Amino acid sequence: MTAPVVTVHLAGALRELFPGVPREVAVEAETVAEMLDRLEARWPGMRDRLCDGRPSVRRHINIFVDGGRAVLGTPLEAGCEVYVFTALSGG
Amino acid sequence: METTLLVGTRKGLLILREAADEGAWRVEGPLCAAWPINHAIADAEGTIWAGGGNAWFGPAVWRLRDGAWTHSSDGLSYGEGRDPVTSVWCLAKGPGGLYAGVEPAGLFVSRDDGESWSEVRGLSDHPSRPDWQPGGGGLILHHVLPHPDDPARIWIAISTAGVFHSGDGGESWEPRNRGTRIDYAPEGQQYPEVGQCVHALAMGGGSPDRLYQQNHFGMFRSDDGGEAWESIEAGLPSTFGFPAVGHPRDRDTLFLFPLNGDQAGRFAPEGRAAVWRTRDGGASWQDLRGGLPQENAFLTVLRQAMAVDGRDPAGVYFGSTSGALFASRDEGESWRAIARDLPSIASVEVVPA
Repeated sequence: MTAPVVTVHLAGALRELFPGVPREVAVEAETVAEMLDRLEARWPGMRDRLCDGRPSVRRHINIFVDGGRAVLGTPLEAGCEVYVFTALSGG
Repeated sequence: METTLLVGTRKGLLILREAADEGAWRVEGPLCAAWPINHAIADAEGTIWAGGGNAWFGPAVWRLRDGAWTHSSDGLSYGEGRDPVTSVWCLAKGPGGLYAGVEPAGLFVSRDDGESWSEVRGLSDHPSRPDWQPGGGGLILHHVLPHPDDPARIWIAISTAGVFHSGDGGESWEPRNRGTRIDYAPEGQQYPEVGQCVHALAMGGGSPDRLYQQNHFGMFRSDDGGEAWESIEAGLPSTFGFPAVGHPRDRDTLFLFPLNGDQAGRFAPEGRAAVWRTRDGGASWQDLRGGLPQENAFLTVLRQAMAVDGRDPAGVYFGSTSGALFASRDEGESWRAIARDLPSIASVEVVPA
């Protein structure tokens, strides 16, 4: 059985760190953690930008799945819209 | 000869280049996506590394090689269940590899010029580790001094844990704080084995066992690689400051930027900017003010924000948290502002000629 295909929308600040990354990307993954594995495989280093070593989603990164805030273990279903945002932060 | 400075700031890395005989500096940047950059270094082959941390995307070491910037934190992690690395605080290249000191305090080494990193577990596993306490800037490993020729020997400085030395390439570490004092500890407990608030660690030019440290509570010198320290603060305007930079060739010459005190504002004493220099290993000190602002100049210079070049006489450079950058071409005798309105400056280094 293949994993569900979801659409991941990537924040502009993240795309700037990985030249050539599209605004949206289709990924096969059953969880947010798996989705990050797929992104890492395509763009090495991307998981470290979004996750810390605990491991968990970085404190000032928000990942929304169908409008709800997600954690690494959040399950994904076919057709999910996943948004990776930077949180309001900085100075 | 062109001089190139690497200036790490709160808003990215800046590269300043002075064309020969022009006296005018060109500024490139901010680079590294305007991430806060705590420290940047270069090697003689022209590779540049910049270490920092970003509130959203975490810690990374950026690298410029063959005209292209990349960033990596592959392996720059303490792993599951431990507090994550938040930022890179210092970088150093030695015969044993490229080193990165991070917050929370720990040491990482790269054997592939910054593509991947591994934790120096010998330091993380030191029995004193549970007692290390954060200072005003956090619990940070802020200086790494590799021995220039011997890959086995490394000194590091942690706020606040003190100075440690490894004689076996990082496998094992021992504290080297004997003689350095903690004024805020009860009487009889002011000289512990670890816990000192070292602010900067510097090597005497051409003499790796001659070390200097600017401490929260004084200036100290060691002639035996840090086995024992003696106070050299007599003659300085205060015991407090951040940077300490050795002369490239003369082990008895050191440059400082003393601040007025930890609870007095932490700026240049009386609002008059001065670099202080010793020519005799700390027996006496001279204030160098020529060309530096002497009125309402409440400058703060951070621990990595001063550097020397390899010229003869040596050039000296420093930057302030208020974004001013000064240069001297005569070992501190006279100064010139080469930039005034940069972002807050964390580090200054010279690209090797």
